[in-house]
Formats: sequence, C-alpha cells, structure tokens
Amino acid sequence: MNSNIYKKKAPIFVFLLPAFIFMAIFLYYPFLRNIFNSFQNIAGLGTSAKGFNEPWYTNYKMLIVDPNMKVALKNTMLMIGVTLVGQVGMALLLALLVDNIGKGKKFFQTVYFFPIVISATALGLLFNLIFLYDKGMLNQLLGVIGYQGLIDWKDTSHAMITLLIPVIWQYIGFYFVILVTGLNTIPEEIYEAAVVDGATKVQQVIYISIPLIRNVVCTCIILAVTGALKVFDLPWIMFPKGMPINTTWLTGTYMYYQTFNANNVDYGSAIAVVIVVLGILLSKVANTILKEKEYE
Amino acid sequence: MKKRLSMGMLIVYTVLSLWAITTLYPLIWVMINAFKDRRFILTDSFSIPMKGVATLDNFRLAFHKLNIIGAYKNSFIISLTVMFVVMLFAGFAGFALVRYEFRGKQILYNMVIAGMMFPVFSTIIPVFRMMNAWGIVNTESTGLSLLATALPQIAGNMSFAIVVLMGYMKGLPIDLEEAAYIEGCNVYQIYFKVVMPLAKPSFATVAIFTFLWSYNDLFTQMFTLRLKNQWAITRLLGELTSMEGTNYGLMAAAVTLVVIPVLIVYLCLQKYIVKGLTAGALKG
Repeated sequence: MNSNIYKKKAPIFVFLLPAFIFMAIFLYYPFLRNIFNSFQNIAGLGTSAKGFNEPWYTNYKMLIVDPNMKVALKNTMLMIGVTLVGQVGMALLLALLVDNIGKGKKFFQTVYFFPIVISATALGLLFNLIFLYDKGMLNQLLGVIGYQGLIDWKDTSHAMITLLIPVIWQYIGFYFVILVTGLNTIPEEIYEAAVVDGATKVQQVIYISIPLIRNVVCTCIILAVTGALKVFDLPWIMFPKGMPINTTWLTGTYMYYQTFNANNVDYGSAIAVVIVVLGILLSKVANTILKEKEYE
Repeated sequence: MKKRLSMGMLIVYTVLSLWAITTLYPLIWVMINAFKDRRFILTDSFSIPMKGVATLDNFRLAFHKLNIIGAYKNSFIISLTVMFVVMLFAGFAGFALVRYEFRGKQILYNMVIAGMMFPVFSTIIPVFRMMNAWGIVNTESTGLSLLATALPQIAGNMSFAIVVLMGYMKGLPIDLEEAAYIEGCNVYQIYFKVVMPLAKPSFATVAIFTFLWSYNDLFTQMFTLRLKNQWAITRLLGELTSMEGTNYGLMAAAVTLVVIPVLIVYLCLQKYIVKGLTAGALKG
C-alpha cells in the first residue's frame, strides 16, 4: 500500500467516478427521491406531481387504515417467520447431515442449489402446474395414494401455504451452501480430539459444529429476514393481484399493484418506504437479539 | 456398534436423498411433460413419454406463437450489457478502493455496502420517472427499452460486484504491480495488464452472477419493457398465464426452454456461482 505507484492521486477519480455516478443516479438519488414522492400527489407513473398531498402525511394515514395493507403486512410477517424456521432451520439440518457423510457431498450441494439459479418466474409457472386444481401434479399424486376428490390449492384457505412452500423451497439451498462453507472452516483436529474423548456423532454436532458456526447462522437469519421482504416474482406469478379475494398480498406485490395497476404512484412510494423501514428495523432487532445471546 | 453406525448413515442418506428429490423431480417432471400432448399431462403426468404420447408440438408452438427467439435475443442484449459494464466499472472502483489511500475512503466504502441494502421497490418509481423524462421508457424503440432495463440493473449489481472484487484484490501481492511500474507501466496499464488477469476468478464470479441475476429479474422488466417485441425471456414467461392460460403443454415447454440454458451454465460454472453468492452474502 506504501508503493510509489499509488502516490499520485489523480487516477482515483477516473477509477471511482463511473461506478459512483451510476449508483448516484440509479440508487442513492432515487432512494431519497422516493421518500419525497411519498408525500406528493402523483396520479400516473409518467405524469408529474400535482404538488403535495393535503395534509402531507395522507398516504401514511391511509396505510394504517387500508385493509389490504394489513393483509400484506400480516402475510409478510408470516413469510419472515416461516422462512426463518423453514429455510434456515431446514438448511442447518441438511448442512449438518451433509457434513457428516463421506460420499456424495458434492452431488447434494449441486442439486440443492438448483432452484436458486432458476428464475422465480419459471418456478412460479412450474408450481402453478404442480398445484393445478384440475389434475396438477400434487392432486394426481394424491389420487395415486388413494385420496378421493381434488384439493383446490389456490382457494382462500390453502392460498398462503401454496405460496409459502415454493418460496421456502427455493432458498433452502442458498442457506445450505453458506452453512456448509461455514462448517468446512472448522478444523478437523477438533473433531479428532472429541473422538479420542469418546464423543458420539450427535455430541460432536451439538457441542462442536453448532457453536462454531453460530456467526454463520446469524448471518443466515439476517439474510432470511431481509430477503423475505424482497420476495416478488414468485407470488406475483402464482397469485397476481392478491388473489384469491385480497388474501395473498405481500408488501412487495401490493406496492407494485398500487403503482402500476391502481396508478396510485405516491401511495406505492409510501409502501416502498414502509418496506425499507421494516427492513432496517427487523435487521436491527435480529442483530440485537443475536448479539445479546453471545454474552450469555 | 458398527451396525448401528451404518443404520444411522442410512437414515442420513435417506433424508438427504428425499430433499434432493424435491429439488430435482419438479424440474424433471416439467421437462417430461413438455414432450407430451397436453391431453396426457392431465391424465397421466408421471409416465415417460412413449410412442403415441411423445410429441414436439409444444416446442413447435412455443417457437411459432411466442417469439421465444426474439425474447432470448433481448435477454442476452440486456444481460450481456449489464455484465460487461458492471465488470468494467466495479473492477475500477474496487481497485481504487483497495490500492489507494485517500480521505473519505471509508465513507465511500460504507456507501457501497449501503447500496446492497436498498430494495429495488424503493428506487424503481423515481428511476422510471427519470427515464421517462429522458424518453427511454414508454417508447416504441426496442433498443431504448432494453437500455432502460439495463441501466438500473447495472447500478443494482454494482455494490455486490465491488465487494466481491475488493475481497479478491486485497489478497493479491503488490510485488507484481511494482515490477510492472519499474518496467515503465502507468497505473492504467498496471490495472489492465496485471491486476485484471490476476483477479480473473473473481471477475468470473461477478460475470456469471450478474448475468444470471439480470436474466432472472422480472420486476425491472415489468416496468421498462412495455411492448411485446421488447419483452425479454423472463417477462415473456411472466405474461404466459394471461396469454395462454390453460395450454399446459405450451407452458411446460416454455419453462423447459428457459430453464435448460441456465442449468447448463450452472453445471459448467457452479464453482464460481456458489463462491460468489456466499462471498457477497457473508460480507453484506
């Protein structure tokens, strides 16, 4: 770093400017502008604002009373809870199992990661076919087992489960790979020492593996929480516009609907602000809870 | 003792295999059914397509009716643009942030990290309105619409790419750069001739990941690609249900056509993909 090459400072601008100009125009400025927009009255994506709302916090007042927003928040919270347990929990189980086998590690890692590289749009269509009422894969499978009649996986009582299963399923592999990478960093000697002391496999997992990858698990938890707020493609393909009867809204899909379909652009901006605030709050909460435990 | 151990292993392998089936079988199932006449999908979707059932009609229809080739072309133009611009500019920025010491460096670094946290929901509306004022969205021109899709995606991938590249460049020995300097290279030559070739693996990670992310991103495409001939492949797929609601054979064929290239890329280059995702995740 003390090298003479990098004493002249002029090239810094050449190197840094392009990237930061891009981010300034397409990330930082729009981010701030969006907060500003949420106080204005904008009736179409392509039309200019008709001044500020009267009173300026109209959208935020509306957010509190809007029943669909309540559904969206409830579903998003449900999504966060279920992804935490379903994704990180399941991924941890699979990672611990894979870490203890000899042959086939690579195979399982490759296969578990499959769903992540595929677009959520394609997966949405795929799961539409799987959950099809009129002889989709699942209902055919139930028929094979001997179940009489068809289950409507997209009716009001099944919709949220049908939506959550593919979302959880898709990202388990992601956390799995992160956790396996974490497990690989644990030195083999520790396990060898434990074996000498007569520890069983289960004891090794509980007293060595899990405590040593605690930080990685925490990272996964925070990623799962913030990731759940960003889900859009899959729910929008499987349950567009909150179908059936406004039961499947998520904050992301509802934001898109208000902006693009209902042309209530400023309200959409306000929902986006809520998404950001929720993200910051939840990762702060997760951080404090996880940190406190460290000192126990 | 020995017997109990193998019994435990049997259970472990069973659990792992069961999960492997859930990730593999749906894809196999949809591919099998893409080759079947639509009537058989609804009566018997589990069998392998045999004589009399097997057909290429679904694929033929997909190519004729859906303009899949055109959508692929649009997708590749967008995603390759995003990939190359991100590699070039993120490489520059990462290099400067690693090798130079200057005031405000920490602030810039924090801004890069912050850039990874903004959800696309919170920026898309102002971005769209801005691009609308520039006249590059809501136009008849396919080229401009593709550009309008690429621009926000470039910015959205920049932070991640800078973080991955910085992580790798930090580990490069400075000796080679000094040797090149003594030979008379200037900083730009050093970057292109020494640093970039050495950092190739991390550039590969960034390239693949950026490409896939852009290729798979439906949300931005829903804002920026208005006309049918502007659609990229993900957008086309997204509109399929409303266009061809009950033609399940066609749907299976379309899903197959979109998924197969991605899976091939993944299988060939999985080393870099997995590394990139975990590197970005753990640092963020």
